[in-house]
Order: sequence, then structure tokens, then C-alpha cells
Amino acid sequence: MDLASAKMVGAGLAVIALAGVGVGIGQIFGSLVTSVARNPAARDRVFGLAILGFALTEAVALYALVIAFIILFV
Amino acid sequence: MAAEGSNHIDALGQFQLHPALGAIGASVNFTQSNLMMVIASLLVVGLMWVGMKPRAMVPGRLQAAAELGYEFIMSMCVEQIGPEGRKFFPFVFTLFFFILFGNLLGVFPYFFTFTSHIMVTLALSLLVFVLVTVVALREHGLHFFSYFLPQGIPVVLAPLLVVIEVISYLSRIISLSVRLFANMMAGHVMLEVFGAFIIMLGGLGLLGYVPAALSLGLNTVLIGFELLVAILQAYVFAVLTCIYLHDAVHLH
Repeated sequence: MDLASAKMVGAGLAVIALAGVGVGIGQIFGSLVTSVARNPAARDRVFGLAILGFALTEAVALYALVIAFIILFV
Repeated sequence: MAAEGSNHIDALGQFQLHPALGAIGASVNFTQSNLMMVIASLLVVGLMWVGMKPRAMVPGRLQAAAELGYEFIMSMCVEQIGPEGRKFFPFVFTLFFFILFGNLLGVFPYFFTFTSHIMVTLALSLLVFVLVTVVALREHGLHFFSYFLPQGIPVVLAPLLVVIEVISYLSRIISLSVRLFANMMAGHVMLEVFGAFIIMLGGLGLLGYVPAALSLGLNTVLIGFELLVAILQAYVFAVLTCIYLHDAVHLH
């Protein structure tokens, strides 16, 4: 395998982390729906927390993406 | 900037720094990134200064915006840090609005996003880290180091946990900076890639027009998403700064 194709495969492998991020984001918003359904009055408070959790989880996806970019372009 | 007619997508070319302001800028290495920082700072100061000038009882639009920002950050500080949060309000306010305007300016065409450079975000997160550590040392003195040893754990586990806590404390610098940088960079690379798709597919002739229109539509949606991310990441940066400051003031 030459270097160029190995880089492509490596970048593909690097973004496997997105599977975990998908599970995480799904869990966050699933829990948000559950908690708002249980207590609609808490919506504003819980929504802020959910957005914070979403941003923190999404950052993990972007770490993987940055690694893929570094492999491909740098 | 875009890959006109060619089959190569130059996704990272948009992040290259060029000297701004002609020969004077070139001689002092004043790049377009620095220019955007100055513009962002001037806009923040302008919003606050011009907005708060009328000091009207019933605020106009600009004054409402300025007051909204003030109250938003103030409530965030007090909620996250506690009553001591008022002391740190100016710092968090400056940080939030500098990053927010940097992110938002980057969404405009032909504008440069200075937060898409790791050096800028790393400098910001180092600033936060140093401030948090200094505040913690000033508030608690040497007692601060008990932060690294959670209470009520078995003595056997202590050496391991201290190492983990120290690493997680130090990794704040990296996580804080890479989060902002990666979000902004990934968003702009996506815009660039789909923008290049439009040009490449449009060059194919009639067959390419439909997918080109699709990627144009997707690019439009992505710009809306970028606006959301720009505000969200500034908020996250400010909230995490507040959480770290809370840890520094209260030690757990």
C-alpha cells in the first residue's frame, strides 16, 4: 500500500469515533425529550444544560475530524 | 480560494495568513487575522459605547442589545460562580464578546475567522487557565493543591487519582482551545468543500446542475448552522470559563 492510500484509510479510521458521538448526542436529546415530557416547566433550565452537553459531545466529533484533516492535508 | 475548474479542493487555503494594510502591515507582520481582531474589538466597544449612550429608560434597539448581553453574561457569572461571580464579570464579558464577534464575522463572505486558528484559541485558553490557577492560589493558598485529591477516597488509590486529576486539570487548556478551533475550522472547511462542489458540478454541464443546486441549498443551510455554532461555541467557552472559575473559588 502506498502512502497516499494509507493516508486515506487512516483518515477513514480516524472518524470511526463519530459512532460514539452519534450515540452520545442521541442520548442527550433523548433524555431532554424525556425530562421535558415529565416536567414541562423545567424546559428552559434543562434545555441550556442539553445544549452545553451537545456542544461538549460534538467537540469530540470535531477532534476526530481534525485528526482526519491533519492526516489528509498536513 | 475555491478550486475553479480544477479537480482539487483546496480546503485549507482559506486559513492562510496574508499581510494586511499594504506595506506597513507587511513590515510588522500585521495579518488579516489581526485586522479582524481589531475590527471585532472595535465592534464590541462600539456596540457598548454607542448602545449605552442614550441611557434611555425605554431602550432602543442597540441599547436593548447591549443590555441583553450585559444581563446574559451577568446572570451566567452569578449562576455558575456564585455571588463572587460579579468580580469576574468583566473578564468573562470581554472573552465572550471577543469570541462571539470573531465567530460571527467569520460567517460573512471574504471575512477571515481568527478563531479558526489554534494559536489564537490556545492563547485565549492559556489566559483562562493562568487566571483560574492564579485565582485559586490567591483564594486558598497552598490549600489549593487539595483540589487534586478528592475527599473520602481510599489511601491506596490516592497516587493514581492525583495523577489523573492533575492530567485532567492540565488538559483543560487543550480541550478548551481545540473545541473552539475545531468547530470553527470544520465548519469553514465544510462550506469550502460544498462551495467547490458547486463549481465542479456546474462545470459538468446539464447533468451536473441538479447536484450543484442541491449542494448550493446545503451550503445555505450550513451557513445557518454556522451562525448557531458561532453563538454556541462562544457561549460554551464562556460557560466553561465560569465553571473553572467556580472550581477555583470554591474548590469542588
